[in-house]
Amino acid sequence: MSRIATVFDELRRQNRKALIPFITAGDPEPGMMVPLMHELVKAGADIIELGVPFSDPMADGPTIQRSSERALKHHVGLKDVLAMVMAFRQSDPITPVVLMGYANPIEAMGYGAFAMRAKECGIDGVLTVDYPPEESAEWVEFLRSQQIDAIFLLSPTTPQARIEEVAKMASGYVYYVSLKGVTGSFNLDLSDVANKLALLRSAISIPIGVGFGIRDGATAKAVAELADAVVVGSRIIEEIENSPQAEVLTNVHGLVKTLRNAINEARTK
Amino acid sequence: MNVYDFPDKYGHFGPYGGVFVAETLISALDELRRQYEHFRNDASFQAEFAYELKHYVGRPSPIYHAKRWSAHLGGAQILLKREDLNHTGAHKINNAIGQALLARRMGKSRVIAETGAGQHGVASATVAARYGMECVVYMGSVDVERQAANVYRMKLLGATVIPVESGSKTLKDALNEAMRDWVTNVEDTFYIIGTVAGPHPYPMMVRDFQAIIGREAIGQMQEEYGRQPDVLIACVGGGSNAIGLFYPYLDSSIRMIGVEAAGRGIETGEHAATLTTGRPGVLHGNRTYLIQDENGQIIETHSISAGLDYPGVGPEHAWLKDSNRAEYVGITDDQALEAFHALCHYEGIIPALESSHALAYAAQLAPQLATDQLLLVNLSGRGDKDMGTVAQASDIAL
Repeated sequence: MSRIATVFDELRRQNRKALIPFITAGDPEPGMMVPLMHELVKAGADIIELGVPFSDPMADGPTIQRSSERALKHHVGLKDVLAMVMAFRQSDPITPVVLMGYANPIEAMGYGAFAMRAKECGIDGVLTVDYPPEESAEWVEFLRSQQIDAIFLLSPTTPQARIEEVAKMASGYVYYVSLKGVTGSFNLDLSDVANKLALLRSAISIPIGVGFGIRDGATAKAVAELADAVVVGSRIIEEIENSPQAEVLTNVHGLVKTLRNAINEARTK
Repeated sequence: MNVYDFPDKYGHFGPYGGVFVAETLISALDELRRQYEHFRNDASFQAEFAYELKHYVGRPSPIYHAKRWSAHLGGAQILLKREDLNHTGAHKINNAIGQALLARRMGKSRVIAETGAGQHGVASATVAARYGMECVVYMGSVDVERQAANVYRMKLLGATVIPVESGSKTLKDALNEAMRDWVTNVEDTFYIIGTVAGPHPYPMMVRDFQAIIGREAIGQMQEEYGRQPDVLIACVGGGSNAIGLFYPYLDSSIRMIGVEAAGRGIETGEHAATLTTGRPGVLHGNRTYLIQDENGQIIETHSISAGLDYPGVGPEHAWLKDSNRAEYVGITDDQALEAFHALCHYEGIIPALESSHALAYAAQLAPQLATDQLLLVNLSGRGDKDMGTVAQASDIAL
């Protein structure tokens, strides 16, 4: 069983929901990544989503764009991100790591080379924002050949037929983008999320994570009452951005801990 | 010869094109594709489009024989397809009208556009004013500064111009930002993409709207010269004017040459010659050739012509290159400037710097060919917008 499936199994037994923080690899600077990843786990992260910096992050709002630009100032490429995960794996063989990013760095490395190297470094899943299912058949095959989960996005505008298509290709979990727009947006409508999740569950048997627009403990708790996992990105990046370098680990720990505690209070129906 | 019928129903031109976007945009693109497929074959839509092209744009644009310049070059005859005579001064308006008419039929009240040099922004602002729609144009802050006159034109036409501060602050970043706007406001907003790039159906749709250039040329050549040209030449940034000219000729065996911006020279790395130096990858919703580093990051490009300053290229050009149906060559800033001045001098026509790249290649090719050979060059735009750049290149303060 994959590390991702193991985590969700264990959480289900404990009647708890997963917390999935997102950070951009190389932000604020490459040397801090492994300590930051360990700090996320200490503060209560179940899975880590690690953003691969890209020059043209089309689906991201200003916060994650800036984090990508900071990382690119240090020339952090996909190879470096894989090396960071390999270093993280030296002392954490358990926590799943999911890479999230755009197609072109993977295209440049090649599907086969990437999948093999990702497996060696201990990557558990990959979410490529601009590989929708229609363009993903070959890509998913390469990931599967290395037992890496292919994570897909679903959105409020995804029609039912498409949800069923995604269900066939996705493994690990699916990531429901809870509002229209780019990352870091506001105005999450919880009743919309509840309605859509009910539809998703009729077609999808793997866990469903919800992200976009989750900025505080209260929202995290409310989302945890509906979904299997809560993904928080821009809010954590803001914490990194606004903290002096020496306080990044402490401040991020504090924020993630708050989210963890809030999620632990969630009661599932 | 096989009949050319790309793209396939998923928008693929061989391995290129497709729909490489986030899930949040898929349903909007599906809707656009369905609507376009419907109106593409709708007689009243096509009739309105034709009417607007005739009465608002001023089509057909003539083919002009540049006799003095041809004689000076001493070889093949250079014919110019005069897209510079269109309303707003470039071929961009053909596509902007097509998409605006589609937006109206889809009930969208707001249009957005990205722009580099500002020509597509001006075309979009123009059609938005013409049809009474709100218009927002995204433009890299670097381009806002170097194309101040076009920014003012857009504002005069009622558009809001939003300077984009992310990334390299140029065309590619304006495109990213327009996509972000679209994904956020997809219900009431139509995104008018200005070139034959982006996710399906854009490359096909923009091509279809620009194909009027080549269709007219086929008729005009037959009527005025009794035959078709020997070579077609057009500049390629994203590649919409080139596809517009080439597409109706694809089933023939006529030679086609796309001219990219070699900037300060290919060897300097400061250029925008995507098909000449790039590698296939995925950007802005399609798979195509890209100027990128070894990590797959997109590299900033350079061209004296803002309209060619783009690190990607339309996927259909990528396919025409790989299948050897078209050739792609590079022309430097200096060579383009020389052709710019030559056309001013010999023909009394001030060409856009983009089009000057195509002219410069024609000037290289013509002397190698016999005097009865015909080169048809797409003069895609006029150079009024480039006064500042050209003066600066000659160290003249305006």
